[in-house]
Amino acid sequence: MSDDAAVVAISGLGKTFGADGSGTVALSDIDLTIRPGELISLIGPSGCGKSTLLRIIGDLTAPTSGTVEVNGKPAARARTDRDYGMVFQAPVLFDWRTIESNVGLPLEIIDMPRSRRAGRIADMLALVELSDFARHHPWQLSGGMQQRAAIARALAFEPRLLLMDEPFGALDEMTRERMNTELLRIWEQTGITIVFVTHSIPEAVFLSSRIVVMSARPGRITKVIEVDLSRPRSDATREHDRYFELITEVRESLKSGGPGRPAEEQPEQVR
Amino acid sequence: MREHLRYYLPTLAVFVGGIVLWEVAVRALQIQRFLLPAPSDIAAALVDNRELLVQAGATTLLEAVGGFAIGLTGGLAVAFSASRFALARGALMPFGIAANAIPIIAFAPIMNAWFGVTSPVSKMMIVAMLVFFPVMINTMRGLTSADAASLELMRSYAATERQILTRVRIPSALPYFFTAVKVGATLSLIGAIVGEYFGGATVALGRIIVESASFLRFAQAWSAIIVAAALGIGFYLIIIGIERIAMPWHASMRGQA
Repeated sequence: MSDDAAVVAISGLGKTFGADGSGTVALSDIDLTIRPGELISLIGPSGCGKSTLLRIIGDLTAPTSGTVEVNGKPAARARTDRDYGMVFQAPVLFDWRTIESNVGLPLEIIDMPRSRRAGRIADMLALVELSDFARHHPWQLSGGMQQRAAIARALAFEPRLLLMDEPFGALDEMTRERMNTELLRIWEQTGITIVFVTHSIPEAVFLSSRIVVMSARPGRITKVIEVDLSRPRSDATREHDRYFELITEVRESLKSGGPGRPAEEQPEQVR
Repeated sequence: MREHLRYYLPTLAVFVGGIVLWEVAVRALQIQRFLLPAPSDIAAALVDNRELLVQAGATTLLEAVGGFAIGLTGGLAVAFSASRFALARGALMPFGIAANAIPIIAFAPIMNAWFGVTSPVSKMMIVAMLVFFPVMINTMRGLTSADAASLELMRSYAATERQILTRVRIPSALPYFFTAVKVGATLSLIGAIVGEYFGGATVALGRIIVESASFLRFAQAWSAIIVAAALGIGFYLIIIGIERIAMPWHASMRGQA
């Protein structure tokens, strides 16, 4: 596959919950193409279907209409080919496994020989800077460290696409900012494509190469904003004028995004 | 070691104090021996009847452990087969819950009639019934208790049903399973002894308790009760030991040696 080919190609996608198509329309007329190496944020108010869209890309939910291709094949095929790694809002680490064994779980699933697993696990733990905690159990780690372990696990079989569903939503603001910087480092180091669901405007601006703004009822894409902040981004980026301009631009697009009215429904966005 | 001692010292003190108080009370208040024998009398009966009690204990323990093994195996087998099929689960669950609510021990005389009063098999069947239902229900619940996110994670890996079973469902079921096994361990000795109350081999704890009591040899009855209690506690401790080895990761085990 050539480098320009889309990692994710979505066209005419719709999703209706409930039987015989009479239920709630969660997503409607979604068209989106994600190129290799992009970091795309999906942002919008609750109920705009951003998580549903991510789950459809990952073939964890089936669309009602339209098509989704991942790496040039149907989403279902991409899932069985293990083309993507997934990180959820909760770390979903298994308490009965150590951190290294949790990170190695997907490698067990694909029957990678034990001898090759150890090296890969060590690499992944080094990538998220958890090497010293390999033998710890999940409950012995802080929330941020647990989420880093979840990222290491998602990257373990070296997928070309990483799907992240509000991965830092449960973390405090300080930890979240640190995790954002970490994630950018990992993204730059691996060259992986990331689709990132969030409802934090600063987070979306800081991380993304493009921000997909969505509105609710029905969930639609109302605007796609190119983030032209220079890279590598750092804490200094958060003090740039352009950074604040972009935050304002995203906020305005969310407000004008139709009946969703994010400012009222999402008080955490207007802090 | 010293830490352990400090931890268990209060418990030990209460135990010893209780025995001393009992002894003193029986003597001071001149309580009739057939109502409540003094600990020293019970201890004497234990020593005097040690050979009989060891034999009787072995018989009762065999019935309890044998029945426990049968009930456990049956409960696990049904739970694992049913957990694969939602329909079977839905059909079986109400029966399991209903059976768990009825006093199964009431079937003891029937089991004695079916499998022979003096045969240990009749007692084992009572125990097996007592153990079967909690093990089946809890294991079934446990196997279906894995949270949605864990299952989605496995789905994102395109894991097979078998991989999901061994890596998510079974570990998630362990706490439920051990809860049932601990209940079952206690129930198994109750089942065996009560089964013996309705008739059985002469040298068995339940028989000794019933017969000693009917001849007003209460110290002897108490000595058999002590043996039964020791067996019950021993069985329970073994299960707890296995539980700690099987799931040291569980929240209830953390921070314990």
